[in-house]
Amino acid sequence: MNWRDKLRPAPAIRRIMWIWLVLSVIATPLVVIFVGPMLPPGSASDAAHGQQQDNTVMVGIVLPIIIALLLYFGYALKTFRAKPGEEQTDGPPLRGETPVMVAWIAVTFVIVLFLATWGAYELFPGEEGAGGGMGPTPISVALPADASSALPVQVIGQQWAWTYRYPTYGGLETTELVLPVDKLVRFNVTSIDVIHSFWSNQLAVKADAVPGTNNVAFATPVKIESSTVRCAELCGLWHGHMTSPIHVVSQAKFESWITAQQQKWAPIAKYLPKYSKTYAPEPTYRGG
Amino acid sequence: MSAMAVEARGSREPWWRQLGAFNMFTGIALGIAGYFIGALVIGAALSKGIDFQTETNQNDIEFVVGILFGVAGFLIGMGFLNYPVKRMLGAEPSMRAKEDTGIARYFTLCTDHKVVGIQYLWGVLFFFLIAGLNAMMIRTELLYPTEHFWSADNYISLVGLHGTMMMMMTTSMILGPFGNYFVPILIGSKRMAFPRLEALSFWLLPAAEVVLLAAVGAKGFPTGWTGYANLNVQAKLGMDCYLISFAMIGLSMALVGFNMLATVFTMRAPGMTWTRLPIFVWAVISTAILQLLAAPVLVAAMSLVLMDRVVGTTFFEPFSGGTPFLYENLFWFFGHPEVYILALPGFGVVLEVISVFARKPIWGYRLAIAGLLGVALLSFFVWQHHLFVSGINANLRPFFMLTTELISLPTALVFLNAMGTLWKGKIKYTVPMLFALALFFNFFIGGASGIFISDAPSDVSTHGSFFVMAHFHYTIMGGLVFAFFAGVYYWYPKMFGVKLNERIGKLQFWMFFIFFNLTFFPLFAVGMLGQPRRVSAYAPRLQWLNDWVTAAAYVLGSSFVVFVINVIYSTFFKREEAAQNPWDAKSLEWQLPTPIPVDNFERVPVINGTPYGYGDPSAPVVANLNPTEAEVVAAGG
Repeated sequence: MNWRDKLRPAPAIRRIMWIWLVLSVIATPLVVIFVGPMLPPGSASDAAHGQQQDNTVMVGIVLPIIIALLLYFGYALKTFRAKPGEEQTDGPPLRGETPVMVAWIAVTFVIVLFLATWGAYELFPGEEGAGGGMGPTPISVALPADASSALPVQVIGQQWAWTYRYPTYGGLETTELVLPVDKLVRFNVTSIDVIHSFWSNQLAVKADAVPGTNNVAFATPVKIESSTVRCAELCGLWHGHMTSPIHVVSQAKFESWITAQQQKWAPIAKYLPKYSKTYAPEPTYRGG
Repeated sequence: MSAMAVEARGSREPWWRQLGAFNMFTGIALGIAGYFIGALVIGAALSKGIDFQTETNQNDIEFVVGILFGVAGFLIGMGFLNYPVKRMLGAEPSMRAKEDTGIARYFTLCTDHKVVGIQYLWGVLFFFLIAGLNAMMIRTELLYPTEHFWSADNYISLVGLHGTMMMMMTTSMILGPFGNYFVPILIGSKRMAFPRLEALSFWLLPAAEVVLLAAVGAKGFPTGWTGYANLNVQAKLGMDCYLISFAMIGLSMALVGFNMLATVFTMRAPGMTWTRLPIFVWAVISTAILQLLAAPVLVAAMSLVLMDRVVGTTFFEPFSGGTPFLYENLFWFFGHPEVYILALPGFGVVLEVISVFARKPIWGYRLAIAGLLGVALLSFFVWQHHLFVSGINANLRPFFMLTTELISLPTALVFLNAMGTLWKGKIKYTVPMLFALALFFNFFIGGASGIFISDAPSDVSTHGSFFVMAHFHYTIMGGLVFAFFAGVYYWYPKMFGVKLNERIGKLQFWMFFIFFNLTFFPLFAVGMLGQPRRVSAYAPRLQWLNDWVTAAAYVLGSSFVVFVINVIYSTFFKREEAAQNPWDAKSLEWQLPTPIPVDNFERVPVINGTPYGYGDPSAPVVANLNPTEAEVVAAGG
């Protein structure tokens, strides 16, 4: 027997592999093309779109694995069933075959390396860190190219409400988040008491609001719609009620909203600090 | 070992005399007395003159000191200090004679590892049922998008109690009953290395659960099972119950790990080489390593929080020089190995069961060992994937993404073992086999969803949502709990001498399996559609999904009632005597008579082969139970 015959899988396995190949080649592109664009978290922002791509790639890889496992287990559990009533005998004492083990380890290793690389790519240049909180000093490689011209918004979490500040508009403080479409936003998320988490599912932004820390996240909303911001880290009694509206509107509408808010809060705004990296209102605490 | 004296113990004394000694009742009595002395005498004295309590009207110092003295009193009342005190007074080191008769020994400090195993089995099941009832209460609340049944603080406490009780109980769900009962037998030993420590590791479990349940009377705790700072410092009295009980479980885990490793390393019978160990023992070894190394970090984290609450330190107070990140990292450095402490014993059990019911040796035995040890090693390098969006240095995310995805490799090896063992087998679909196979179905879904959340960009949307919740229920409940039931149905005939009814067992299995999937699969969608974890209020558009999940959860809960019925029926009514080896398995525990004698073996056996000698007529019987002197010497004993 030469090495080629030795490495040849059993006939049943070969049949399973062919069926697997046909099914995967048909199903995977169909799912990737048609189901992909419907996958969460949707594409209402650049970050969301990047995550949706990641999910599509992962579905595309997991689907053939599911098909392979279903085929194998379906075949084995049916074919190798002990015939009822038959004298109880043992199966053959097969203890392992090196080519199978090597092939399995190689294939799984390649899949994992690919997934890790692809995921890392989505975290880096131009992908805006994929919407996740990056800590106070995000590494420059992960910053989007136009980071310096982003619209800064400070998100302040407390038990149990969200407050938003627009430092470039004179320390304006609101309880509704309004953002202009197609503009990069830099979220500076912090908390004044316990750990919360700022989560906009539509924008695919999530950044933990940790007291004493500024957690930076980026996203560019691309769709004009309204949705809800929720708290994603258990913060006590009313954690489930810690929501706020988020409106993505046109640039013109955003400007007029800002002007209206500035007029509304002008009497108080002159007492507020312009911008704060940490938020510590108690006089005994350090910070602005 | 032969020079060790055996402590005289009235094991053949009448039951009323035995009850007069240290037992559960003296334990409870001294525990209650300890609490009152600690709280009302010592705690009150310590907290005199400290004025930060006036605003909150709660005295953490009294409460914590009370609980600590209560736990100490309980352990003293159980008799755990008897031997140390004796030794300090000059007695020689001695073994405790194992009590071999009577139901009373199950309620005392018993050094027979088989008794400890059965104590663990009932303890684990009891707390599983309580925590399961909590889950039913949680799902009932989620029928409506706003609070209807429980107030917000009761709901949050319910969530925390369910999670904490389940995590505390599942850490010993398999190692406790089956590890303690069978590891000495499987390696050919008459006992565990440290029988009194083994009993201590068990009795810490009910004590910890009682301390945790005391939170119900102390205004609950609002942090969920992860106990994040600095909400845990802000929280009311019930938080102390969580902190102390979890620390006790950490101590119990470390003791179990230490004991198992000492036993397996030093007490294997002659001829038991490392490659002849049953795969279940290898799973116990890898779990024990994790327990020994990770549990102390938990104890440290809990202690630091207690100090912040009681003494006034500021480890986790961000505006006084501390940081909540310290807690997150300490907790998850323990927390990630913890979930592999849960998963690994399950793999060990199902590989054993599949081998027996496919009538084939484990395919790729050495690969399985590599898989188990590989998971154990890698599990220490992945913990920051719980912190991807917390504000950690973004540089770290690709590294932890890689290690987390890498850990799926050794896990996949276990799948390969199962697939290979089934190949050309003669599969019998008994109830244990059904549970074992279902583990692979469930764990695949759990593992695949793990691929999604290990991807940091994708995790941005799924972290803290029901997607993660579905993921860990699939891996822990779909994996460990299914393996636990596989073990119960498989080993029941050996532990109790009766077989659990096959038909009721299959009914339980199908109810459990189908409704488990119907309950938890939609939760992936619920998470991706934007519902965070641990909420009692959610978006109204998700109500129909939540209602579906709750309905399925009720039936899932009922499947455990079926199990209880099966246990009561088979053990007390039907009592169908089990043969010595009803599964015709080739491993060592099935070669012993039922019930297993108190010292396991008359003579320490000589091991002649692996326990997987299926299909090979020339394979030797796993052990020689009556070896001659010459055979013992030849095997190296």
